[in-house]
Formats: sequence, structure tokens, C-alpha cells
Amino acid sequence: MRGFLLNRLSQSLVLLLIVSVIGFVVLNLIPGGPLAQFGLDPSMTQDDLDRLKEQLGLNRPLWMQYLDWAWRLVQGDWGHSFRDGAPVLDVIGRHIFATLLLMGSSTVIAIAVGTWIGIRGATHRYSVFDYLGTVGAMVALSIPTFWFGLIGIYVFSLQLGWLPAGNMYTIGDGSALNYMHHLILPSIVLALVHVAIWSRYMRSATLDVISQEFVKTARAKGLSERRILMKHVVGNALLPMITLAGVQLPSVLTGALVTETVFTWPGMGRLFLDSLGYSDYPVVMGLLMFSAILVILGNLIADIAVAVIDPRIRLS
Amino acid sequence: MAVNTKPKLVDDAALSVRGLTVDLPKGMERAHAVENISFDLKRGQILCIIGESGSGKSVTANTIMGLLPKIIRVSSGSIYLDGTAIIGASPKKLRDMRGRVVSMIFQDPLSALNPLMTVGEQITEAMAAHGVGTKVSRHSRAVELLTEVGLPDPELMYFQYPFRLSGGQRQRVMIAMALALEPSVLIADEPTTALDVTTQAQILELIREIQRRKGMSVMFITHDFGVVAEIADSVVVMEKGRIVEQGSAEQVLKAPTHAYTKRLIAAVPRLTGENRIPQETVSKAAILKVEGLAKTYRSGSALFGSQRVVPAVNDVSFDLAHGRTLGVVGESGSGKSSLGRLLIKLQDSDGGRILFEGNDIAKLSESEFRPLRPRIQMIFQDPFASLNPRSTIGQILTVGPVAHGMSYSQAREEARALLSHVGLDAGAFGRYPHEFSGGQRQRIGIARALMFKPKLLIADEAVSALDVSIQAQILELLDKIQRETGVSMIFITHDLRVASQICDEIAVMQKGRIVEHGPPSQIFLDPQSAYTRELVAAIPGERPRSTRPIAANV
Repeated sequence: MRGFLLNRLSQSLVLLLIVSVIGFVVLNLIPGGPLAQFGLDPSMTQDDLDRLKEQLGLNRPLWMQYLDWAWRLVQGDWGHSFRDGAPVLDVIGRHIFATLLLMGSSTVIAIAVGTWIGIRGATHRYSVFDYLGTVGAMVALSIPTFWFGLIGIYVFSLQLGWLPAGNMYTIGDGSALNYMHHLILPSIVLALVHVAIWSRYMRSATLDVISQEFVKTARAKGLSERRILMKHVVGNALLPMITLAGVQLPSVLTGALVTETVFTWPGMGRLFLDSLGYSDYPVVMGLLMFSAILVILGNLIADIAVAVIDPRIRLS
Repeated sequence: MAVNTKPKLVDDAALSVRGLTVDLPKGMERAHAVENISFDLKRGQILCIIGESGSGKSVTANTIMGLLPKIIRVSSGSIYLDGTAIIGASPKKLRDMRGRVVSMIFQDPLSALNPLMTVGEQITEAMAAHGVGTKVSRHSRAVELLTEVGLPDPELMYFQYPFRLSGGQRQRVMIAMALALEPSVLIADEPTTALDVTTQAQILELIREIQRRKGMSVMFITHDFGVVAEIADSVVVMEKGRIVEQGSAEQVLKAPTHAYTKRLIAAVPRLTGENRIPQETVSKAAILKVEGLAKTYRSGSALFGSQRVVPAVNDVSFDLAHGRTLGVVGESGSGKSSLGRLLIKLQDSDGGRILFEGNDIAKLSESEFRPLRPRIQMIFQDPFASLNPRSTIGQILTVGPVAHGMSYSQAREEARALLSHVGLDAGAFGRYPHEFSGGQRQRIGIARALMFKPKLLIADEAVSALDVSIQAQILELLDKIQRETGVSMIFITHDLRVASQICDEIAVMQKGRIVEHGPPSQIFLDPQSAYTRELVAAIPGERPRSTRPIAANV
């Protein structure tokens, strides 16, 4: 187990290094750069621009900029925003809660509903429920998240008036209930596609387990169908799903960024778009590294969870 | 045997099956899985149901357990278990009887236990499902059961997960679980087929011993007449869903009346102990000389100090003469398959020499070995997995030789000739693998290997996946081919009876080493090593008998 952890950790570090290099290079390949926005400003002279360049360290060769940035990052200094000079970590910190709230709640919905649909579809294979589940999943997978968002806003906010169309809370009302009211629509919209994915995987995992010999053994022992399902089938079927949850994390994250834009949700997605617009490289790079760490961490946790739950890995 | 009259129930029968017919879904190769079968399992007896694959023996067992898949239906007949009618009983009633009145153990102990639950949990669960005992009493009963089936450290075993146990130990756990509620009938569906021969002997012994001690009735499904001879009181022989013969074990084994039974018994590979008559024409020179061959598997990570080192092949040496067959026998994990892979260079060896026609091929690189590859060919175990389902037989046979420079028209000519040579219609050329049975596919596999006109054939468990009657035909074919072409053969198998049929010499492997090497007469009649003696003694239905004419071969 210790060897496994060390191994995974060293792999993760290499991965982070690669992500940071590629991110840094690609970002700097974009024409324009942070100073382009001043190019049309008649009050800025070439001297001013050069001085700014010097101040921000943008006149150095790219590899030197990268090494400087990376060295500071390792020491815990994520740099400062070009826009307002605030430390990048503070900027991200202000937006992280909203994004994690959205991701967390939609993941809970996706797993709960998807697991239920998947198991029921497998135990009632080729039933009406199963067909509806299959068709529904295809529909949810083929329609982009933002479209669902717009339809949701149109139906539930404009027509029915049940749910707010955007924002995380009503200004002046910071109660938990108010937060939840705002959370319902975006988290369901974000969850839809993941319910579809999760239910399909869960269905086939359950079918796999149902055809296993030990399920027949359980029947031969005279166990009730309910106990066979809960004790023998679901546990074994969920095991590969833990890994899936880890693998799905990046897609939940990107989905959250899109959903945030549709629902004017004050999270990292909005921050990312804004920062790109201003060529605020330190914040963009910070967000990139932050999401990379989040995804790697999520996968690591999933792997550890599998290892802890599965006695075949835990004990060998 | 009466066909349509239903015999009266026998009072001392723990299980009675009367006129049972089970339908198969439409479009299958036959209409009924089993058709109008009747038999009794007398109390305190072991009844063996024997038949080849597709004979309906497992369907019969599943019908009795009430575990048939929904698409397969009972259309007529009755089953009485301990006097209770099973057919037409409610699912609730059936569930109540499962585990309590009738229990079942399965073929593959590796997959029959839930990998995420401890052994103890899985045993106590059977009791809890029927509301028997308290938590504490169930625990002590489970430990008692684990002791009863001869597992070491039962208190510790209770908390073990299945993956920690060997195949034999898992089958013991299954038996303990089946015995938990002292059922009157135990159904065993090929419980020893997946086990090594020595483990099989132990499990058979255990089942018989428990059956006697508890006076239990056992319905034992098998395809192996050797097992029948070991364990059965009475026998039911099934063919294509029908019972063709039934009677006492003595009667069926010694004086079979039905042609199918006779054929099955005749097809069982006999342990001959006779040496094969060598061909006169071939030279005595060795085609293959193996010296000190070694292969070690390493798993885990050397970097973090969690490495496991397993010597799979350890200092193995032997000679193989032209036109001869060497049998390599051993139990799972003995290294016999690793040896095969080393010889055909699917894996590189760590040490030692493989002299093929005088050249050491062990050191050759892949590209240096490639020109030699056609001369050493392999026949694989699984005739279903080893043929590409999307290629025609013609493509399968010709693709290799054409890649090695033969013209397509010539390859096609030879393929057609070979197909008829291995006993297939030349029309097989344009057909796909799924159109053939297991035995036919193995013939195709042999033809594929022969396309290269090899000097050495390596057959890895080439007949293990086949029914006995097919097995006998394939062995005959291999023998014929060897006599005609003079090809040398290495025949890897776990089945000593099969090895005794076809080999000039046999090497017995254990833990990567050859522990004994000699002609069949030595291995089977006068084994020198303790391990060989153990192996031979464990062969079902082949206890050393003084009546066997030994003098003729020595």
C-alpha cells in the first residue's frame, strides 16, 4: 500500500509538470498577450509599455519566465493578478466555494439517481423502464448542457416562476434555504448528463455481476432477492464505479464551468472566462494548476478508496 | 425403461424426478433441454448424472433447485424433494427449501464466492436467511462447519476473504456453506472439474466421507467416468436431454447396455502404463535439447521493496528425439505452460539453452528467430478463443504461410489438402469458425499448425476443453499425423490419463522443476518420486489394480 501511494504520488508530480509546461506554452502562443489591450490606448507610449513589460517580467525569454513562475509556485507563491494585483490564491479562493458547491450537489444527484436507474434497468432488463432509461440517457448525452440550462430557465423561471434564473443567492438574503433554492436548477442541469453516463455504466456493471456464479450461490442458499441485490450485487457493481467517479471528475468540472456561465454562478468558470478576456496569465495559470491538482487528487482518492474497499487489493 | 407410464414414487427416495421435460427457447438446436426423464435419488446414496456438454445434466440440477433462467420452462413432469412437490411451488416456498432441504455446490470455486465478503459472513448468511440461530450461535456453527470440512485454523478462516484461499480450500468453504442447515439433498455440479487431480481426490474423499457420516443424499453431476467409479452408488447416463441408461454404478460401469454408454466408457482415456511403439524409420538424434532452462517471474515493484519472485521454470533439461512425443504433466502452477511458452519463444528465458536442431534458439532475438518460427508450431487449448471469428478457415490457414513467402495458390492447395487430412470437408475452406464444433475447431487449429510443415509441435492442453469422445478422436489424429509426418511433439497436459495415451516419454513437473522423467511404464507403474506416486494415486477411477497386466510392457 505504501509503495502504491509513493508510486501514484510520483506519477502525479510528473503529470503536474507536463500540464504546467503545456499550459504555459500554449497560453503564451496566443497572439496579443497581456499588454495588447493597451496598444490602442493613445495615452500609453512605447516607453510606458516597455516599462510595464519590464515590471511584469514579460521581456525575459519564455523558459526563464516559466522557471521563475514554477519555482515560486513550488514555494507557495502563485503570483499576483495582472488586473488588480491581488494574490492569485486569494482570487481563486473567493470563487472556489461556489464551484465546489455546484459540483458536489450535482455529483450527489448524478450518483444517487444514476445508480438507481442503472440497477433497476439491469434487474428489469428490456422492461419499459429500461427502454425509457436507455432512450433518456441517449437524449441527455446528445444535448449540450447549456441548452438544458436555457430550457430550464425558460420553463421553471420565466414560465412557472418556481426557481430563480441565476446567481447563488438573493442579495440581502443569505439564508441556507435561499442558497438551496438557487442551487436546484443549475445542479440538476449539470447532473443530467452525468446521470445518463452513470446509469449506463451502472446498468452494465450490475448485469456483469448478476451473471456471476456467486449470485447463483446466493440464490442456492435461499437468500431473498432483495438481500442478494443489496448485499451481493450492488457492492460488487459499485466497485468499478468508484474509479469511474474519479475519471468523470474533469468532465464534472468543465460542465460546472459551462453551467456557471449560463446561471451567472459566481464560481471558477466565470473567473476563468473573465481572466482569459483580460489575458490575466497568472490567474489563468493558477486556475489551470488548481483544476489539474483537483482532478489528480480526485483520481488518487478514488484509487485509494477502491484499494481500501476491495479486500483483494487491501490485503495483498 | 418405461417411456410414458410414470412409475410410482419410491418411499425411500430423497429426490424423485418423474417424466420431467424442460423446453428450450425457440430457435435453439433442439426443442427440449431435457425430455421425459425419470430417476430417483435414494436416501443416503450418491447418484451420479453423467453426460457430455449439452446433455442436459446441469439444467436438471437447476430445475431441482428452482434456479432455471426465466426463458427456460418446465413443460411437464414432477419433482419431489423430501416428499414436497417442486414443480408449481411458489417462489417463496422454493426459496425456503433452498439451502435448508437442498443445497448446491458449483464447478468453479473461484467465482462461486463473493469476493467482498468474508468466508464466515457467507456461511452465516445462509443460516440467517432461514432465521436459524442467533448471531453468536451462527458464528460458532460456522467455525464448527469450517472444522468439519477440514480447513486449517477455522477461527482465523472465518475472517478470511476468498481470494486468500486456494481452489481446493474455496470448494471446502462451498461445501461448509451447503452443509450449514444440514440439508437432506446435496447437488454437486461438477465440483471437482476445475481442480487439480490431487485436490480433486481430496474433495471427492471429503464429499463421500460427509455423505456417509450424515447419511445425506448426493446428486453428483460429472462428465468423468473416473469420478463415477470413485464415488457413485448409482448412475444416470444422459445424452442430448434424454436418459439413455440408469442403474447401479457396478452394473453401468461393468456391463453397460446402451451404445452411448459403451462409447463414453470406451472413450475415457485409460491409464495404459504401456509404452508407445516407437517408429522404426526415424533417427535417434535429438531434434530438441534443453539444458538448464530457467525463467523467473517478478511482480510488484523492486523500487519500493515489495517485489515477489517466483521461479516458474527452474533448471529444466531434457532431450526430444525425432518423431517422438514428450508429455509434460503437472498441476496448475507447476510451470508446464511457462515451459511451453519458452520453447516457442513467446517469452524469453532467463538462463539455459534450447538447442533446436543443434542451434541455441534461447539467445536469438525476435528477428533472428523469425525464419525458424514456422518449424516450431503450437496448438492451443481453447479452440473457441484461438481462431479469429472474423476470418474464414481459408484465411486462417493461409495467412501465416503466405506471410512467410508461400504463393497464395500453393497455400490454398495445401490448406484444402490438410483440411481433408485432419478429417474435415474441403468445403470448410470458405466457412467461419462459429460454424464448427469444439472438436472440429481443434482440427482446424491442428491444420493451421501443420501448414508450416513444422518439425516440432507444442500442444498446450490441446484436448482439455473437449468432451471425452472428441478428446479420443483428436488424440488419434495427432498420433496419425506424427506417424505420417515424423513431427516431434511436446504434449503439455494436466491429465495423466491423456498423457499415457500419446506420449513416448513423460516429464513430471512440480514447482518449476522436472521431478521425474521416464517412459509411461515407469511413471504409471513404477514411479520413482513421491510426487509422481501421489499424482498417479489421485487419478480418479484408476486405483492401482493388481489385475492390470504389467508383465507385457516391462
